[in-house]
Amino acid sequence: MIEVEDVHYVYPSGVEALKGVSLAIKDGEFIAIMGQNGAGKTTLVKHFNGLLKPTQGNVRINGVDTRKASIAELARNVGFVFQNPDHQLFSETVEEEISFALKNFGFEPGVIEKRLDWALNLLGLTQYRKTSPFLLSGGERKRVALASVLAWDPQVLVLDEPTIGQDHQQKENLRQFIIQMQSQGKTVVIVTHDVEFVAECSPRVILMKEGKIVADGEGKEILTNPEVLAQSSIVLPQVAQIFTQLTALGLPKDVIDIYEAKEILLKALKERQK
Amino acid sequence: MAVIETKNVSYTYPGATKPSISDVTIKVEKGEFVLITGPSGCGKTTLCRCFNGLIPHFYQGELKGEVIVAGMDVTQHQTHEMAKHVGLVFQNPENQLFALSVEKDVAFGLENLGYPREEMRKRVDWALNLTGIYDLRERSPHEVSGGQQQRVAIAAVLAMQPEIIVLDEPTSFLDPLSAEKIFDVIYELNQKIGITVVLVEHRLDLTAKYANHIIIMDEGKVCFDGSPREILSAEETRLIGVGIPKATFLYKLLKKEGINLSNVTPLSSEELSKLLRGVLEAK
Repeated sequence: MIEVEDVHYVYPSGVEALKGVSLAIKDGEFIAIMGQNGAGKTTLVKHFNGLLKPTQGNVRINGVDTRKASIAELARNVGFVFQNPDHQLFSETVEEEISFALKNFGFEPGVIEKRLDWALNLLGLTQYRKTSPFLLSGGERKRVALASVLAWDPQVLVLDEPTIGQDHQQKENLRQFIIQMQSQGKTVVIVTHDVEFVAECSPRVILMKEGKIVADGEGKEILTNPEVLAQSSIVLPQVAQIFTQLTALGLPKDVIDIYEAKEILLKALKERQK
Repeated sequence: MAVIETKNVSYTYPGATKPSISDVTIKVEKGEFVLITGPSGCGKTTLCRCFNGLIPHFYQGELKGEVIVAGMDVTQHQTHEMAKHVGLVFQNPENQLFALSVEKDVAFGLENLGYPREEMRKRVDWALNLTGIYDLRERSPHEVSGGQQQRVAIAAVLAMQPEIIVLDEPTSFLDPLSAEKIFDVIYELNQKIGITVVLVEHRLDLTAKYANHIIIMDEGKVCFDGSPREILSAEETRLIGVGIPKATFLYKLLKKEGINLSNVTPLSSEELSKLLRGVLEAK
């Protein structure tokens, strides 16, 4: 459980990045935090593993105030994958990169080996086991960063822009993976601009603007509301765009799923044919 | 006239056991807007690095075949010569920003080419305004956000007004509305001034509508090369992991159910909803 209570955060430069944010994330929830560049999304999630401590207000992880715990303690529960993989990769091989945290957390060698194989396989990296992360493509480096965090199996997973540089198939794998995490009761928080990915996953959506939360609710409800999205520089997902352009025909407006869209259109087309 | 032409190009990075691209033969005509896509790790970025001579001058390794850009063989011309003709925007903006202010970063290329002060001022302001970062001009490029850094990198290339712009996932850190604005700017330059654009992207929902030529790569090879409508309506593109635009996919789902809205495959939501309105309103 993550509890954020009226949090304000001011960077040393004087920029106030969070201006009174409150939210509660229950165990097992899947949340997408969206909003324009500079809205405070990354600043907010950096509070979840104690990388940043609130200037004012409180953040509690499983009841523990983040001010009273070290980043190392918090990291065991909250795994964080950065937006830019180059900010977290440093090892000589993919294998060493993924085992690094496992070693630090004191796992047995046998367990490390197992978890390493599992993570490599899950993210399609087995063939790069002995390769330097810096020889890999942008999308592949992103997956190495994700694998290195997944390997230690944190309760909460925070992914900052996980779909950048990922192709269609990798995104589908990521979606399946998130579903799998959820079925194990894990909490997944993603920070993303990728409306199409969010439309496919349909998580709870939190929309931010200028350091504040401006909307919090079901993906289907928020992603089909052009007025709310425009405030946060988000465009409608393509399926919702199509239905917004068809409202004059009496079709529903709140559609984001492509298969649901197909059924609605087939029905409408058949009715017209009668 | 072809402005980029590769003939049987293969390239292996130093220390790598197999080539990252192999036997790539493509042709980009002047004024085209080319979209290069394909699964992660398929060689898109490597191919782009050949276009301004980063391969073979900066990245050593083994280059085979021929790369001719703006009439010049890249193996015979240094990167700084190529830079007058080809602007490259990298995937990771941090790899190309280095100056003390945004403005200086944008002016750097022009300074090197010895442009007069007045002309430089004009071009830098023009590029800063186009990319919406005029207000950031005094800031350090390292203290602005990832999305803003991407705009700086794009502005620096636009200021040079090269004949060819190569952009490698240039807006991945930007929010969708800002990304769309940047693509609109690039598209406008393509349409108005005839700048040739080569864009590497996974997000075809956002970008397919701009392109008039699409190249799909897989495992270092070119597997499709042609017009977007033709290629995105082919069944096989989906199979190799290319995410076709949702509007195109929905059109294909309906077609499978026996509903043929048009013989011209739609690439955007506007195009599909227009087709749907045509059918639904007519009855």
